[in-house]
Amino acid sequence: MADFMQFALSGVTVGAVYALIALGFTIIYNASDVVNFAQGEFVMLGGMGTVFAHQAGLPLPLAALLAIALTAMIGIIFNRLAIETARNAPVVSLIIITIGASIFIQGVVQIVFGKQIYRLPSFSGDTPIPLFGANILPQSLWVIAGAIIVFIALWLFFTRTMTGRAVLATSNNRLAAQLVGINTNFMMTLSFGVSAAIGALAGVLVSPITLTSYQVGVPLALKGFAAAMLGGMGNPKGALVGGILLGLLESFTAGYLSSHYKDAVAFIVILVLLSVKPQGLFGTKTVNRV
Amino acid sequence: MTLLTVEGLGIQFGGVKAVNDVGFSLNPGEIVSIIGPNGAGKTTLFNMISGVYTPGAGKVTLAGEDVTGMAPFLLARRGLSRTFQNLQIFQSMSVLENVMSGFHLRERGSVLADLFAWPTARRRARAAEGDARKLLERVGLERAAEREAGSLSYGSLKRLEIARALALDPRLLLLDEPAAGCNAVETEEIDHLIEEIAKAGTAILLVEHDMKMVMRISKHIVVLDHGEKIAEGEPAVVSRDPRVIEAYLGAQAKDKAMGEEAGHAEH
Repeated sequence: MADFMQFALSGVTVGAVYALIALGFTIIYNASDVVNFAQGEFVMLGGMGTVFAHQAGLPLPLAALLAIALTAMIGIIFNRLAIETARNAPVVSLIIITIGASIFIQGVVQIVFGKQIYRLPSFSGDTPIPLFGANILPQSLWVIAGAIIVFIALWLFFTRTMTGRAVLATSNNRLAAQLVGINTNFMMTLSFGVSAAIGALAGVLVSPITLTSYQVGVPLALKGFAAAMLGGMGNPKGALVGGILLGLLESFTAGYLSSHYKDAVAFIVILVLLSVKPQGLFGTKTVNRV
Repeated sequence: MTLLTVEGLGIQFGGVKAVNDVGFSLNPGEIVSIIGPNGAGKTTLFNMISGVYTPGAGKVTLAGEDVTGMAPFLLARRGLSRTFQNLQIFQSMSVLENVMSGFHLRERGSVLADLFAWPTARRRARAAEGDARKLLERVGLERAAEREAGSLSYGSLKRLEIARALALDPRLLLLDEPAAGCNAVETEEIDHLIEEIAKAGTAILLVEHDMKMVMRISKHIVVLDHGEKIAEGEPAVVSRDPRVIEAYLGAQAKDKAMGEEAGHAEH
């Protein structure tokens, strides 16, 4: 029983990180139908940025804020230079552009900061807290709290505010959105900025646990993407549930089976689920009118 | 004071003059109709006035300001709103949300407040929802409010698009065939709706094939053929104009050869 709780807690922690990344996917997808595979680089930039700002002498909270703000700026620049200039290209081309951007960002970070692995100090110490007969790191609580807060804010944003609806309207029908006075370019800028900031936040929160280097982004992006697909692309609720489910699957497989199989089992479950329910757990069926 | 002035407006598509040297003007609260056979350039003219196409020549002035080729979202902010012959609806959003999007400008607040979903942001969204329901009632769609827009019939979507355009509280409303695909009863309802809107002070520019409706509600009619203005004036005068009669009668045979309207907006 103690084992079970321990696996569950670490699964929820990892899952919360996946959920944060999946939420980042959700925003850009909602604004533009683009799946942004550079999402993982935002996570990496958040972690690496904080490490270097902290090393340069900034207190940790300030270093984290600076890294998040810088990453948001990079997200906005990325949209301006790479996505907006290819505005009329098909979505598939735009997705490939995001893969290119991901490789580019990794390359630049590798040149500037090197290939070393870096660690951030935990926010509130490393003394495990006993919980339900198992132990949880204080940093895990930070990660889980971060995911929940971001989820609630995004869910309210998309369902309860005019700007959230304007973002959805932009992806749904760009011309119609313009006709009701929505500045669709601004909505794209906004969604890339916010998405990058959320990715960076995930990087800041998780770096004390998982460490960070220039190449942590890609595997995280893949897991976040899988989580978003599992939950239903475009739905914040799906991103949260999908992320945590994926984290739990991995953790239980690693615990009860072998850590070699954790990725395989997780992806097999996703494949089976998607073949039964292609739109994901919370996704809506898309109806195309001719 | 004139609300809209169009002077010498023209555009070419691959050397074909889709619209050439068209001009007219419109006062607040007035209903002006653009008529002409298929392919005459009516929708192309609409697309230029509403910023969907950038005109190749000429000038559009809205309330004294030169707005030639201005982006649609900036025109919306200056009180211009329109509907489309082939509909531009947010298909996967609900009917209510479609109309709510029309209140985007009025209820726009701080983006930061929206991102953190502060109570002020949610209050604005609720205000928009209440007013959107009233507009849906006005076009007779109140019972479909929660349905996905994509599931509505063509005639209902036409009215939904009008409701969304009205949410902007426009000074000038461009309606592209609002009654197309509607039955006789629905056409009459739209007819009344248009007159009501005009009475409330909104100028209306109308493209419509239902001649009975056009003749009854328009104050002024502009007739296009082959992209050029061939006549304009009061309904009674225009309908007796020999050039207009010729364009319409001669158009029947030509229609078959030319097929779809040249300036038909695909997106």
